[in-house]
Amino acid sequence: MSQIISSAQFAAEVEGADVPVLVDFFATWCGPCKMLAPTLDQVAAEVAGRAKVVKVDIDASPDLAQRFGVMSVPTLAVFKDGKLVNQVVGVQPKPAIMGLLGM
Amino acid sequence: MNSKSIDMQGGSGLPIASGASVATDALVAPGDSAAPGGAVASEANGGETFDVAVIGAGPAGLTAGLYAARAGLRTAVFEQLSPGGQLAQTERIENYPGFSEGAGGFELAWSMKEQAERFGVQIINEGVSSLDLALPVKQLRTPYGSYSARSVIVATGARPRKLGVPGEAQLTGRGVSYCATCDGSFFRGKTVMVVGGGNTAAADAIYLSRLAERVILVHRRDKLRATPVYHDQLAKLENVSFMWSTEVRALHGEEGKLVSAQVEHLSDGALETVPVDGVFVAVGTQPNTEFLAGALPLDAGGYIAASETGETPIPGVFAAGDVRAKALRQVVTAVSDGAVCAEQAANHVAI
Repeated sequence: MSQIISSAQFAAEVEGADVPVLVDFFATWCGPCKMLAPTLDQVAAEVAGRAKVVKVDIDASPDLAQRFGVMSVPTLAVFKDGKLVNQVVGVQPKPAIMGLLGM
Repeated sequence: MNSKSIDMQGGSGLPIASGASVATDALVAPGDSAAPGGAVASEANGGETFDVAVIGAGPAGLTAGLYAARAGLRTAVFEQLSPGGQLAQTERIENYPGFSEGAGGFELAWSMKEQAERFGVQIINEGVSSLDLALPVKQLRTPYGSYSARSVIVATGARPRKLGVPGEAQLTGRGVSYCATCDGSFFRGKTVMVVGGGNTAAADAIYLSRLAERVILVHRRDKLRATPVYHDQLAKLENVSFMWSTEVRALHGEEGKLVSAQVEHLSDGALETVPVDGVFVAVGTQPNTEFLAGALPLDAGGYIAASETGETPIPGVFAAGDVRAKALRQVVTAVSDGAVCAEQAANHVAI
């Protein structure tokens, strides 16, 4: 399973990363989030070394959710060079997620 | 699957899902008719032809797969998302027999997937973008390649039609629901709005009237489309009121929860803010049949017109679950369809 990061880790793990980062804003009570998780694990394995996948629990990190305007879960956001470059809401197929990452 | 070749012809451009909401079971890709399909099919299958190819891994597809594989048939289930369909996205299911305390939707779906795999179902994590059903050996194309099968069960499901108003996506699951029987019990003693005028909306309003303190039915016409039997029942319910000739224009939330709906009176354009705890959208469903594009006859609503045993006009091609034109769309009817279709497919393959 992809690493769940805290607000405190966000700067280093996401904004300071030297590869593109896919952030899954999720909630523990969210059915579609559970459904998306296995696909994200597949993506994480496939892009290992070229990109990474992390998760943000919006209940544990509401500041991050607010900062990036997340009002629905799951929201997938891609960060490159510390900047938000792509964002999509809802369960997605793997090819679409790879496309978000530009891979 | 022993090996997989990339079908550069058949693999049309991948649609990047965008905007809000839950994606569909079937990958709806622009059809690329350049590929004859048959030419590369055997490579993608590792030179083998499946007895049964099931499209969609919701309850109908997984059950079809389970029954077919258990009958000894070489069975693949194609799914572009994770298995489970609408069930996996449902927090809890209270009316699936055998779970007296209810079951988690995702957990139940995942268990169906594991059960199917235990009997040898091969789940292929690819969306089917187009089909060629004319010949006895059917061809299925995905963005990654082509596959062949002697029978096909279409189980791609349906998705609730959305209102398409501001606030809807953000508040889905936080007050906005598309399934009264799924989520109604969360609104005991509260005020809910039902949007729609057909049988589903009427049935939802009646169902919710037993749980909620107050039910407001919002409909764009001045009377229901629902069959008369519903009119009489609704008229007797004291806690159901009607807003005729109105449409929802926006949904508003506070602290991530729905608090009100903005409703337009169509006669004079006046806007009214109605405080509500829940909005149940019942403006119809939309079948995931776009990818069939002429391969199978569909009814006016886009559903596959198939018999109760799932048979379509094309021999060896069956339809199971929500994608089929039918009276009741529930997990329990979907799994039933899946079992029946697997039996029909087994009979077809045995010929």
